Amino acid sequence: MVRLLAILIGAAFTFVLGLALFGTVSTAITDPAPETAEHGFHLHPKDAALSSQGYTGTFDRRQLQRGFQVYKEVCAACHSLKYVSFRDLERIGYSEPEVKKIASDWVIEQPSVNGETGEAGTRKNIPSDRFPSPFANEIAARAANNNAVPPDLSLMTKARHDGTNYIYSLIGPDAYRPQPAALLREFPDVKTPNGLHYNPYFANLNIAMPPPLTADNQVTYTDGTRATRDQMAKDVAAFLTWTAEPNLEARHAAGLAALVFIAIFCFLAWGAYQNVWRDVKH
Amino acid sequence: MSFPWAKHYEPKQPLMRWLDEKLPLPRLVYNAVGAGYPVPRNLNYFWNFGVLAGLALTLQIVTGVTLAMHYAANGAVAFGSVESIMRDVNAGWFLRYAHANGASMFLLVVYIHIARGLYYGSYKAPREMVWLLGVVIFLLMMATAFMGYVLPWGQMSFWGAQVITGFFSAIPLVGESIRIWLLGGYAPDNAALNRFFSLHYLLPFVTAGVIIMHIWALHIPGSNNPTGVDVKSEADTVPFHPYYTAKDGVGVGVFMLVFAAFIFFAPNMLGHPDNYIEANPLSTPAHIVPEWYFLPFYAILKSFTADFILPAKLWGVLAMFGSILLLFFLPWLDTSPVRSANFRPRYRAFLVALLVDVLILGYVGGAEANARNVVMGQLASAYYFLHFLVILPLVSRSERPRPLPMSITQAVLDKHAGTSPAKTAMA
Repeated sequence: MVRLLAILIGAAFTFVLGLALFGTVSTAITDPAPETAEHGFHLHPKDAALSSQGYTGTFDRRQLQRGFQVYKEVCAACHSLKYVSFRDLERIGYSEPEVKKIASDWVIEQPSVNGETGEAGTRKNIPSDRFPSPFANEIAARAANNNAVPPDLSLMTKARHDGTNYIYSLIGPDAYRPQPAALLREFPDVKTPNGLHYNPYFANLNIAMPPPLTADNQVTYTDGTRATRDQMAKDVAAFLTWTAEPNLEARHAAGLAALVFIAIFCFLAWGAYQNVWRDVKH
Repeated sequence: MSFPWAKHYEPKQPLMRWLDEKLPLPRLVYNAVGAGYPVPRNLNYFWNFGVLAGLALTLQIVTGVTLAMHYAANGAVAFGSVESIMRDVNAGWFLRYAHANGASMFLLVVYIHIARGLYYGSYKAPREMVWLLGVVIFLLMMATAFMGYVLPWGQMSFWGAQVITGFFSAIPLVGESIRIWLLGGYAPDNAALNRFFSLHYLLPFVTAGVIIMHIWALHIPGSNNPTGVDVKSEADTVPFHPYYTAKDGVGVGVFMLVFAAFIFFAPNMLGHPDNYIEANPLSTPAHIVPEWYFLPFYAILKSFTADFILPAKLWGVLAMFGSILLLFFLPWLDTSPVRSANFRPRYRAFLVALLVDVLILGYVGGAEANARNVVMGQLASAYYFLHFLVILPLVSRSERPRPLPMSITQAVLDKHAGTSPAKTAMA
């Protein structure tokens, strides 16, 4: 009885799948899915070749500081960094007084409440503060940015596929470019709308963010590195890799130790196994 | 329990004798996983995976309980509390990565454990109850894993919860009401997040309880073995301890090696980048996909694209739940008295095809839904059901099993003497 029922149920599922299969195949023939512009023109990110990438990667602190400078002078005008605190900057090589100064000099102040009158206001940032958002709320962000919200950058390199390379490519020197003629020939009705910018590294090819890095030496690095557009894109990608995964170095170091420890355990366990079973054929 | 030649617990220490009289807990352990449990001497490394699954659950409970001390189940702060675990809690990143990848490791070893059962016929008499309880554990694990994935309250958490609870709305008439009742609202929100957290904390302990019954039921007939032949004499067995504790030690080491490689060097490989974006009910991700361990079932769901009497969505949901529930009937669908696929050439060919089939379903479940992938998914889904519901009942009638060894000991001696064909040597 169970087997008969099973065969009937199996036949029913297979029959319905057969119908579905027929539908899929006939639709594919009569009404094939159209090619999309994204499919043909989206580019995979280029390799940023940073020291933090790879299985044993570590951060280059000078590069992180340069990246922070790019964030501070370029990105921070629109993008928040809400999971990172000023105090965290000590971990990329700034001293305590330097962090205090960075926090109190930060252009956007921290929202606060006046201790005596209870009135809402702002105060200077202190090291324990998170980086303040450049906009008071989402509506303000939309109003200032052509209805597109600049996303928070704390986790950006983990929130995109191949994130570090993605950030580097998306704002790198060859990202923003005129829409290719070939694309317009093939897909005449996907012209980049007004207010958006063609960028083949962006998923749907048209990004609301205007080109952030427009000229070499847009940022004057304090360590003397030449601030080419490529260098700035790389440095800020490195910085955002750190903001997304500040414990990366500790993780890699602990990982090597753990693997060695477990490998020794495996070796001993194998020896114990051989020893226990030496007289038993199995 | 089990065999008459099983060793008896005889405490020599006065303290242990005293304890044994008042509460025979050491005796229970001795008989369960100590020298008091005789086990076939010919088990291969696939028999490590039960112990590994138990270890994986233990690690999940330890890391999970610790994470729960820092996590806040509220839609407004859940995502931020996970980030504070990653950044501000001592070794919080380790706990979270261990827990997230631990779920994958748990499902991985359980899938191998299930495949072992299918290959060596461990579901057959007299071990039906072991198998049934195993399927219950698998269902509990799936529910727990799903609810755990919702807790970080990222985009995939939210939209995964939306899709999975949406299955219930496929039920005619009452479906939508059931969905709203389950979620505690019209869409996943605080109410859903809170109850998922509550159940995510509860179910692992329920699972642990069912595992105790799973092991209890196993100890009545004793363990199966690669030949599938019953234990006939004391020569066929060795005591669990020290023989299999030593062998499991090797398995545990290799398991930890793989686990550590994921935690420390590729902690986000099995996750989805969208889950690092905070949940946003107003923005749907381009591709909503479940975690890798659900992909084969997701592919079955997506393969039903035609209405026939019932709407396509309902067919998909029935098929998806059916694809797991049919495992409950496996002991009665397969009538062959021969357990091990090593001696069932035809069944073995179909079973290998099933393993490939499930891998194809897994690929399709995560891939873009273009015509080629949908066709592949539909064919693979059809084979999945045909295999369990049609082929399995029929194949044992037409199949001529290869001759079985006289006993486990005989199989072992033949293997060492080199007199058996290569295929028996696998046994």
